[in-house]
Amino acid sequence: MKIAIPVDSNNENTDVCVSFGRAPYFLIHDTETKTNEFVTNEAANAQGGAGIKAAQTVVDSKAEVLLTPRCGENAAEVINGANIKLYKTQKGSAMSNIEAFSNNNLPELKEIHAGMHGHNAG
Amino acid sequence: MRIAVLSGKGGTGKTLVSVNLASVAGSAVYVDCDIEEPNGHLFFKPQNTTEKVISRLIPEIDEDRCDLCRKCVDFCKFNALALIGNKIKLFDKICHSCGGCKILCPQNAITEKEKRIGKVISGVSENVQVETGMIEIGESSGVPIISALLAEITQKGVDTVLMDCPPGSACSVMESIKEADYCVLVAEPTLFGVHNLNMVYELVKIFKKPHGVILNKCVEGIDIAEDYCKEKQLKVISRIPFDKELGKLNSDGEIVSRINGQYKALFVAALKSITEEASHETASDSKR
Repeated sequence: MKIAIPVDSNNENTDVCVSFGRAPYFLIHDTETKTNEFVTNEAANAQGGAGIKAAQTVVDSKAEVLLTPRCGENAAEVINGANIKLYKTQKGSAMSNIEAFSNNNLPELKEIHAGMHGHNAG
Repeated sequence: MRIAVLSGKGGTGKTLVSVNLASVAGSAVYVDCDIEEPNGHLFFKPQNTTEKVISRLIPEIDEDRCDLCRKCVDFCKFNALALIGNKIKLFDKICHSCGGCKILCPQNAITEKEKRIGKVISGVSENVQVETGMIEIGESSGVPIISALLAEITQKGVDTVLMDCPPGSACSVMESIKEADYCVLVAEPTLFGVHNLNMVYELVKIFKKPHGVILNKCVEGIDIAEDYCKEKQLKVISRIPFDKELGKLNSDGEIVSRINGQYKALFVAALKSITEEASHETASDSKR
């Protein structure tokens, strides 16, 4: 199974990125082979609709699970449409969150925010 | 003459100024371009109103024809399309109606359909033709409605047009002032007011529009905005006092220049001054 996480940088010590749509990379972790792949998020600098495009990248990665601190409504529509499960990350590195998820220690992400829609200060 | 009334923030008195300038103008059209929350009609209470629906085009995808090549998804600069499973999903509120996906689709699976985004309500209030634009809840861009409003008045051929603009200096304001002959910048005489005045001043400079300032809620001894206008050599067309009676009449939805002689005189003088300024600008333009 593949797990996707928005991350700040493309190395294995990276933290989880605070933003989903504007994260520079996605870490795609394969639980069977224990390998990591970094995918550039083309939506990071998009003018608008970043959440949709970022979610498309996650769908295309064939991930079945997305670990993220937050998610906007348009992105959630794409993620849910592809039957990808959403879990909320905790503070710390991407790898520690993958471990927490494997031990069933991450809660499902229930709060979907209304999106930044041009007001993304970050 | 087309006069646009704008300000850097809401609540400075754009509607007060444009409603009253239209009222003293003889025969005029008042156009409420503040399509997110139009309120000029609350003063004019127009009669014999008619409604016109405003739409824009969005793509419609024929799932039988679509072979999921995703060229449309990759093309869309606004990311309004996504490929989920075996379906293309459209986010219609994000779509900018460019029509590119339809042109691009190799399977001709995309046609366009109309999406209702707002309406224009036309009516009459004494000497004033009142045109009000209203956007549907959830729509992000008012520009198509403003452009429909302005197209409407072009056909009517009236002398004086007052355009009550949305607050701020973003796209919808630019669309509203594009065809204006003169821009009236309404501001409050506070530090915050000056900051917002500066925003719209920068905008009308970029658009090279003749402009002047009307200061509202003026209190004797507070000269921050006056000093700013002096420094920038901005003409102050009129000063509306911070007056309890004016506030009361205005909050009752009355048009002050129709019931109070003092305010009628103030707006008549302001309109005269604007007309002179605008014709002066036109004359000096033609000499160049």
